[in-house]
Amino acid sequence: MSIKLEHINYIYSEGTAYEKHALKDVNLEIRDGEFVGVIGHTGSGKSTLIQHLNGLLKASSGALYFNGRNVYEEGYPMKELRSQVGLVFQYPEYQLFEADVMTDVCFGPKNQGLSPEECKERAMEALKLVGLKEKYYQSSPFELSGGQKRRAAIAGVLAMRPKVLVLDEPTAGLDPKGRDEILGQIASLHKASGLTVILVSHSMEDIARYADRIIVMDHGKVRYNDTPKHVFTHYMELEKMGLAAPQVTYIMHDLREHGLSVTTDVTTVEEAADQIMQALEMKQ
Amino acid sequence: MIRDITIGQYYPAKSILHRLDPRVKLVSTLLYLISLFLFRSISGYLVATLFLVCIIRMSKVPLSYIVKGLKPIIMLLLITVLFNLFLTRDGDVLAHFWIFTITEGGLVTAVFMAVRLIYLIIGSSLMTFTTTPGELTDGLEDLLKPLNRIKVPVHEVAMMMSIALRFIPILLEETDKIMKAQIARGADLESGNMIQRAKSMIPILVPLFVSAFRRANDLALAMEARCYHGGEGRTKMKPLRYHTRDFVTYVVVVVYVIAVFVIGRYVPLHIWIF
Repeated sequence: MSIKLEHINYIYSEGTAYEKHALKDVNLEIRDGEFVGVIGHTGSGKSTLIQHLNGLLKASSGALYFNGRNVYEEGYPMKELRSQVGLVFQYPEYQLFEADVMTDVCFGPKNQGLSPEECKERAMEALKLVGLKEKYYQSSPFELSGGQKRRAAIAGVLAMRPKVLVLDEPTAGLDPKGRDEILGQIASLHKASGLTVILVSHSMEDIARYADRIIVMDHGKVRYNDTPKHVFTHYMELEKMGLAAPQVTYIMHDLREHGLSVTTDVTTVEEAADQIMQALEMKQ
Repeated sequence: MIRDITIGQYYPAKSILHRLDPRVKLVSTLLYLISLFLFRSISGYLVATLFLVCIIRMSKVPLSYIVKGLKPIIMLLLITVLFNLFLTRDGDVLAHFWIFTITEGGLVTAVFMAVRLIYLIIGSSLMTFTTTPGELTDGLEDLLKPLNRIKVPVHEVAMMMSIALRFIPILLEETDKIMKAQIARGADLESGNMIQRAKSMIPILVPLFVSAFRRANDLALAMEARCYHGGEGRTKMKPLRYHTRDFVTYVVVVVYVIAVFVIGRYVPLHIWIF
């Protein structure tokens, strides 16, 4: 199970004044069970990239392989691909449309051709996974709060039981608690069921905390494709691209400059705490 | 997919047409549209075609882009042509089958009507291609000012128009996004019969309406927060001013209209030469 992109190029509105080369020769592989983070400045091609993964956008040139089969070949079952690769857009709550949350979450499974009972079962499961309380299942999605709507929308994609889950800034506009809960639930789902997760985010902290690998996009090109530790050692270059490293990375650099012997490739708060404790013990 | 709708959108380029005063463009477009109905002979069409080709050239908008804008009206065009073709009884009968009769006059009317409609659309979309919505509204407001005397809220109408124009690309983009989101959830928008297809639009239309209202609400709030209170006593950052090129354009357009009228009427280049 893997997604492989070979020399993918994508050009918006080709041949007009609005022409934009959004992806330039992108080569990537996403393996089964990975948790991949995608970062990049606004307009770097992140959203364009992820829309290729389930075939919503067709590359201007290049090839996309899903489980070894070229998606762009004649007669490829796109519907099948879309039920395997679940895509949660930015602000997914704006796609809710049914009269109640339950029916809305059932929309995906229903399109997969499942029986009403099965749809309901999957919807229940998905709603539980995202942590939406049962009392909201029958209420109108338009009456929910922002965070609850977001959960319902994510459940709508999870109910299709995708093998790969792609999330485009799933926590934008949420409060810290909602953010941690949603990401935590996705991370535990990733651990428990081996779900492949691709997370686009502007929060370096979130990415550092959850991702096994980071893809850095810059002006339509893949600039880095490595583990968080390695990517964040390039924090100077990241800053030039309008990005940054997690705050703890900066703190560790400062501490080292001031004479505390800590390693600087630390990306999460827990790791940093361990490092500092060790360094202090050594000093004594 | 839906991004490809080009009708009524601004096309950024550096041309004389882009620089003209919006009032000139509005009046000229109106005159051009009227001129299309001033003649019935092929010589008139030749003059109108020549004029249109010149304008398209000058606008620096690619022809393919203009043609793409015609796509949404193909249905309308087809219906018009068919009605004219079958319902006009004039001149010799060219073909006859079952209850349908095609006459020479019908054929000529149908073809001319189609050409007229296409010219009409191209002419007016050239105006929107070369004029930003802001300019367009300013121009319209200025031209309609006299109506203020008979209590027509000209400024408000112009503002509504500019908001409507501004929202076209926004709502198109929104539609595109919602469509993609629903397709990602396995929605099938293409197959099935008419009723099924209409039904499959619900998951797109409901969120679209909700978002249109949300945006309208946000905009109203933002306008009020900036103390918008209608047109009274409102000054402009860029007041409209006529330049030499604008007067020249007026002259050129008036000359064209006279030419089309005179040539179309008195140069007897009819095509009833079957």
